[in-house]
Amino acid sequence: MAKIQLNGRKIAIRPKSSIYDLLKKFKLDNKKIAIEHNGVIVPKEICKKKYLKNNDKLEVVHFIGGG
Amino acid sequence: MKKDTFKVANIKLKSRLIVGTGKYKNFLETSKAVKASGADMVTVAIRRVNILDKKKPILTDYLDPKKIIYLPNTAGCYSSEEALRTLRLAREMGGWKLVKLEVLGDKKTLYPNMIETLKSTKILVKEGFKVMVYCTDDPLFARKLEDYGAASIMPLASPIGSGLGLQNKINISIIIKQSKVPVIVDAGIGTASDATIAMEMGCDGVLINSAIAKSKKPLLMARAFKNAVISGRESFLAGRMNKNYFGSPSSPTKGLI
Repeated sequence: MAKIQLNGRKIAIRPKSSIYDLLKKFKLDNKKIAIEHNGVIVPKEICKKKYLKNNDKLEVVHFIGGG
Repeated sequence: MKKDTFKVANIKLKSRLIVGTGKYKNFLETSKAVKASGADMVTVAIRRVNILDKKKPILTDYLDPKKIIYLPNTAGCYSSEEALRTLRLAREMGGWKLVKLEVLGDKKTLYPNMIETLKSTKILVKEGFKVMVYCTDDPLFARKLEDYGAASIMPLASPIGSGLGLQNKINISIIIKQSKVPVIVDAGIGTASDATIAMEMGCDGVLINSAIAKSKKPLLMARAFKNAVISGRESFLAGRMNKNYFGSPSSPTKGLI
């Protein structure tokens, strides 16, 4: 198991998980979101090729109501 | 009469009223209020997805970004770095290039930090963003923003969410007169008549959130704002009568019995 931080929360993931695997797990794969991996924006097209490793930081954001 | 069109960054808008989508009871009320307002552009914020609660409703289910123009904002950002990070993520989310920049400087007044705002505008314009900029009502800063390539100048009427209305009409008027890009009054509008006054002064549009969301009946207030903005615009285009110190009878005096 690898430990990463997803939106500030520590979670354990299966080794060799890609960002896409994680999005799928949280049912976010078809939503309007943007992803930041260790401070770098990751285009959705390459999520399948981006693998997560121990201590990685992932931010997944979306639109909410705001003024 | 020439058709009165409103364009921001080459995007044609039917309504001169832009509404925020925060502070509503729920997304259903948000979507109904947006509809009642007649606005074709709404501001939205960018936040972390709630990972734990997958069933939580999401904004895009209630307001279709294909039918209404989303204007991503940087609300809650206190530095240029935070604002840039947020808007780059917004662009990644679906190609949003037209954005609203807002860099705050003080937690109590929510006044914009103009030094960080100017810095961010310059960078964003270079990166190809079309930036609508929330700013103070200082004409010099407004001009600087325009020089840096802002798509719209958005001076505050009074602090965000205060409902205090237009507190510095003179400065807003100077900004309107000097600007070549649209001037949209953003923040502080308290009620429909404030919006009418802003439009009568010659503002190109107004952005309203709290005044609708925090009214007793948001849907009715949304419609009131729709009408107020139309009234103010038409009144501005019509041009008001001159003011006189003395009375002038409305009925002819000739033929009095």
